[in-house]
Amino acid sequence: MAKKEVKKLEYFTDWKYAPSPEATDHIRLQKQYDLFINGKFVKPNSGKYFDTINPATEEKISSIAEANDKDVDSAVKAARGAYDKTWSKMPAKERAKYIYRIARLIQERARELSVIETLDGGKSIRESRDIDVPLAANHFFYYAGWADKLEYAFPNRNPKSLGVAGQVIPWNFPLLMAAWKIAPALATGNTVVLKPAETTSLTALKLAEIIQESGLPDGVVNIITGHGPVGASMVNHKDINKIAFTGSTNVGKWIQKAIAGTDKKLTLELGGKAANIIFEDAPINQAVEGIINGIFFNQGHVCCAGSRLFVQESVAEEVIKKLKDRLETLIVGDPLDKNTDIGAINSKMQLNKINQYLKIGVNDGAEMYQSSCSIPKKGFFVRPTLFLNTSQSHRISQEEIFGPVLAIQTFRTIEEVIEKANNIPYGLSAGVWTDKGSRIFNLTSKLRAGVVWANTYNKFDPTSPFGGYKESGFGREGGLHGLMPYLKF
Amino acid sequence: MAYDFRYSPVVDQVGIEERVARFNTRSIKKGSKVQVLKLALNMIDLTTLEGKDTEGKVTQMCYKAMHPHLALPDLPSTAAVCVYPTMVKIAKEALKGSKVKVASVSTAFPSGNSTMQIKLLDTKLALDNGADEIDMVISRGEFLKGNYNFVFDEIATIKDLTHKYNARLKVIFETGEISTLDNVRRASDIAIYAGADFIKTSTGKIGVAATMPVTLVMLDAIKDYYFKTGIQVGMKPAGGISTAKGALQYLVMLHETLGNAWLDNKWFRFGASSLANDLILQLEKEAKGVYYSKDYISVD
Repeated sequence: MAKKEVKKLEYFTDWKYAPSPEATDHIRLQKQYDLFINGKFVKPNSGKYFDTINPATEEKISSIAEANDKDVDSAVKAARGAYDKTWSKMPAKERAKYIYRIARLIQERARELSVIETLDGGKSIRESRDIDVPLAANHFFYYAGWADKLEYAFPNRNPKSLGVAGQVIPWNFPLLMAAWKIAPALATGNTVVLKPAETTSLTALKLAEIIQESGLPDGVVNIITGHGPVGASMVNHKDINKIAFTGSTNVGKWIQKAIAGTDKKLTLELGGKAANIIFEDAPINQAVEGIINGIFFNQGHVCCAGSRLFVQESVAEEVIKKLKDRLETLIVGDPLDKNTDIGAINSKMQLNKINQYLKIGVNDGAEMYQSSCSIPKKGFFVRPTLFLNTSQSHRISQEEIFGPVLAIQTFRTIEEVIEKANNIPYGLSAGVWTDKGSRIFNLTSKLRAGVVWANTYNKFDPTSPFGGYKESGFGREGGLHGLMPYLKF
Repeated sequence: MAYDFRYSPVVDQVGIEERVARFNTRSIKKGSKVQVLKLALNMIDLTTLEGKDTEGKVTQMCYKAMHPHLALPDLPSTAAVCVYPTMVKIAKEALKGSKVKVASVSTAFPSGNSTMQIKLLDTKLALDNGADEIDMVISRGEFLKGNYNFVFDEIATIKDLTHKYNARLKVIFETGEISTLDNVRRASDIAIYAGADFIKTSTGKIGVAATMPVTLVMLDAIKDYYFKTGIQVGMKPAGGISTAKGALQYLVMLHETLGNAWLDNKWFRFGASSLANDLILQLEKEAKGVYYSKDYISVD
């Protein structure tokens, strides 16, 4: 049979979806936000405020207070006072009621929270509505259940709370990370000082309003905003018993040095450069979909993003063709549009970093392929990008880009792919795509990664522990394991 | 082209269901909705396949196919009507001069439990009566036995006949009976390689008819074949699609899987009887801004 020329399939030419933006008229935002200390919003000692902007439009949304050492100190004092006077003395089942109430309030205000998350952070409304906010509520529900059952979770070990927890969270899942940190800390009887990332403070401050509304005793949760030095000040504060940090590996290393010699407990959830591995017997079409979601979920701003793809060479041509085809159906643009798949990059700084990596990739000799989609002129956007013909020594295959960029390599044998997948300083997550159950078990035992997904990717659940190997950090969040970093035995 | 159907690509059900859920989050509004409601109407195979069918009923249905709604005279006609072989002549006569095609079920529809000789005669009857399209069923018993060559040969044999008459062949798997998505994929590959012009989910005669996951597996098979050969194959989900919203979801899935080239009734059909009126109801709503009584929409 004469082979016809196979044309690329075309999408969105005859049928363009009309804009379908989520309404914003129902949200309540103030022009200026203060620090949430001891149950009240108070002005920062510095008297300084900084702008928080919408990365999709570069327009200012609100002003956020910049805390300094004195504010950190009063937040820690408030947390200590609340711990000593009320929270540590309260029966555990009463603590649970507050946590449960916070979960319910998040659910009640889910629509407002998801719109604000999207406005402030740039992620698509579909993701903040269907993933971030429901998962945040679920974390509170889940840990509410554990509060009065710690003796059963750790039988004969006499679990006791630590005291004041200092928590510093990143900008990629602002509300969800706050929930990951606050819920287990409260369930185990600790009080909290939390600092959100400077580009995404708003949902944490809305959470502060929810906490006020829930009637949680003053000072049990304190939320202070600002830049890096605020976090540093928390790490160095003498009256904090535990530091929980999610963010970059460099900062994580600095924190570990800073608290060396103190009796502070520490959990770190840091960077990643996960391998997603497709074997020739995999359900290819579903694997391609999983690869796409693995790297383009949340614009690739995901520490466990599947940013390295290993394809078995016998199916490499097919997989790459299908990935290129699938890129064309990803809708990039206004994060508030319900049809948007890929929203805005979180900040100008991150945009520059991603663009720099694109240059590095090309200069190092990898072949760059981008979606043909148009991107908005204003705001911070990047086309979804594939790098073909990459090798282990390429910087784009070694370093965390934290953007919608996938580095693709091929492999021949299972030994080869295990060696290459593990040949990286990180070890947060990995993905395996195969129809063969025995191969899944073989790989899960050999891949040095905290989470290994089989025939799926980026699945999160409050009941499941999450955390890394090697330079991806230590300690687990979520599940029964997530209670341990907040307890002494 | 050598192809061993025992080794058809595997399908992951969880992955398929997640992909379908993603399609269903698409929000189609305003002009982009009206455009596709009309397209959906134009893709319908208006169907009546009952033992109690009368000539009068078929004639009335043909009129409905040509003129879906008097109040909106510029609406497109449906793609085809679908009837039993004995009704083809009646339909052909009623549709004279219009673009609406006549499709006929055949090959001992709906069970397919008969000899090849009878199936050929059944098909020939429909073709001699003037059918433009033949909707055949596969022998599910042979398929489930693993007798894939038998199924391939029966499709190829019927295809030879329809080809002589220049009629297009749709192959029905009855996906509710072959049940697993792996089987659906295998049946799709067999039918496509045997020469099907369309692959079709269901007869509409058993409880489980078309579903979005099953349709997505079939669309993927069509896409894989297109990527290998450059040849387009059509898709027809049938049974169970009765709302405009459901039809829109199918079309989003079609569009984002196979692209613009398939957004045409040459390559996609809905086998449905009550869908047309819900599409009309929604089109009226888009035009007038309010819903009005279904009593204004004819039920032929």
